[in-house]
Amino acid sequence: MENEVLLEVQHLSVGFESYNARVEKVFFNAITDLNLTVRKGEIVAIVGSSGSGKSLLAHAVMNILPDNARTGGKMYYKGELLTPEVMNRLRGRQIAFIPQSVAFLDPLMQVGDQVVGTLGEKARALQQKAFEHFGLKQSVAQLYPFQLSGGMARRVLLSTSYVAETEMIIADEPTPGLDLKIAIEALKDFRVQADQGKGVILITHDIDLALHVADKIAIFYDGRVVETADTQTFRGDGQGLKHPYSRALFNALPQNGFNLQRCPKCGATCATWNVDEEGMRCGCGDS
Amino acid sequence: MNKGLLKYLTTTVLRMVLLLIAATMLSFFLVHNAPMDPVDAFLGEVTVSEEQRAQIAERWGLNKSPAEQYLIWLGNTLRGDMGESRTYHEPVTKVLGERFRASLLLMGTAWILSGVLGVILGIVAGMYKGRWPDRIIKTFSLILASSPVFWIGLLVLMVFAVELQWFPLGLAVPIGKIESEVTWAERLHHLVLPALTLSITGIANIVLHTRQKLIDVLESEYVLFAKARGETLKQLITRHGLRNIALPAVTLQFASISELFGGSVLAERVFSYPGLGSTAVVAGMQADAPLLLGIALFSSLFVFFGNLTANILYGIIDPQIREGGGIDG
Repeated sequence: MENEVLLEVQHLSVGFESYNARVEKVFFNAITDLNLTVRKGEIVAIVGSSGSGKSLLAHAVMNILPDNARTGGKMYYKGELLTPEVMNRLRGRQIAFIPQSVAFLDPLMQVGDQVVGTLGEKARALQQKAFEHFGLKQSVAQLYPFQLSGGMARRVLLSTSYVAETEMIIADEPTPGLDLKIAIEALKDFRVQADQGKGVILITHDIDLALHVADKIAIFYDGRVVETADTQTFRGDGQGLKHPYSRALFNALPQNGFNLQRCPKCGATCATWNVDEEGMRCGCGDS
Repeated sequence: MNKGLLKYLTTTVLRMVLLLIAATMLSFFLVHNAPMDPVDAFLGEVTVSEEQRAQIAERWGLNKSPAEQYLIWLGNTLRGDMGESRTYHEPVTKVLGERFRASLLLMGTAWILSGVLGVILGIVAGMYKGRWPDRIIKTFSLILASSPVFWIGLLVLMVFAVELQWFPLGLAVPIGKIESEVTWAERLHHLVLPALTLSITGIANIVLHTRQKLIDVLESEYVLFAKARGETLKQLITRHGLRNIALPAVTLQFASISELFGGSVLAERVFSYPGLGSTAVVAGMQADAPLLLGIALFSSLFVFFGNLTANILYGIIDPQIREGGGIDG
């Protein structure tokens, strides 16, 4: 018996409307036909290369895409259709978002006040607890974002979701800039929260770290999820994986010997091959 | 820190001195090469003999070389004697003092009015970007920004003074009244139209800048994150908007002092308001070198201190300047 579904994303597409040099409307598709399900107590890692549109997925769910973005498809939260109005009600209360960089902190506000946010003084104690939890000195609360190192900023951002006490967390690249020990701590923390019944979406380009904590891994390529597989499938030589791109990605890991398939005809590595729904092949025409 | 402060003060004072010398030198160069002859301008319709003309020129030091004249003025000014105005037959310091009081009232009112109204309208426009309040405010500001001060002044005069007759046509006090009998209400009554004209022209700039800055802030990543944490538009404005537009608003407000000075020359002229601006025009027309140099010196100082205040306020408002470099840990 599987747990209750928290977030269900069906056929999501995200595109941007803009004007080209001849002032014609042009449309650029960033995400096409994306499906994703997150259940209570589950960590779903979304793994993909930089610039593949992973962050846009998070922004689309949180309804914080820019004005010129157009979305399609449907999203449900606990069975309720996620309209923009519903999302505006849920965000920060039911769903917490952990953004990527220090640029998401107000440069002119002390970070302690930012972690507390609009929750009021009752959240002050939670903020102090969060800082202790993530190994930040209490004096950090009085600093401004420009005074933080990359790792400190990351831990401040993690603290914001800690105080929110939501049912679901969407973390966008929460680990870069942290040293390995704290990175693993932070990921374990997501594990603990998931085990308490929360749902977690972990967006990362680090498949290795994702394998440590996630239950499911969605392999993301060029705005699409090419495959969602249980973490156990990622073992041996990856033969349990359905899509050749997932297998190639897994085999390219250091512990799997940096293996990169090469095109038998022209010798180009599979990193340059074209990927579609069924498989991947080299651009030179050979399979 | 103290060493840095000392260095800052030294360079500031040095800059100020250089600015004052440059401004007065340029003014002297201009008035000296102007087509008006100071003696002719002084005498007006009165005819005098060549001998008497020469005596006046001699008394004013006009027969000396321009460099010598300037240096004499500089030397006297350093001792606190700014000479006597040829037009008003009074010491320059006294003329400046009187005129500046009238101007200060006018410019101060316009400055506060345009600053407060400008920021409020800018915030409203930025908040409702693309919707009707924004369109109205933006159109209004663009029209104002592209209209010259004197033209707006004339329009204001036609509507409020000629047609509606709510306010007097000009001057700072009623005609034919002794200075001591003028009431504050009368002064304010005379102040309204010139102050309105002067603030209207400054306001557009402040509205448009504040609007754009607020739009930038509302599109920033930190506001995205605040939204994602459930903050409402009102909370976004009060928690992040105001904080982040404060710095550019202060910059603009203090930088506008120089424009205000320029605008006051035209506004005072249109309303025959006896302030520093209209006095500058008179001094120029009469080739009244001591008075003109005095005004140049005074207005440069005023603008300089405006900018200096802005610099000091930055340090107070912006933690990135106030708290210096980063802290590791």
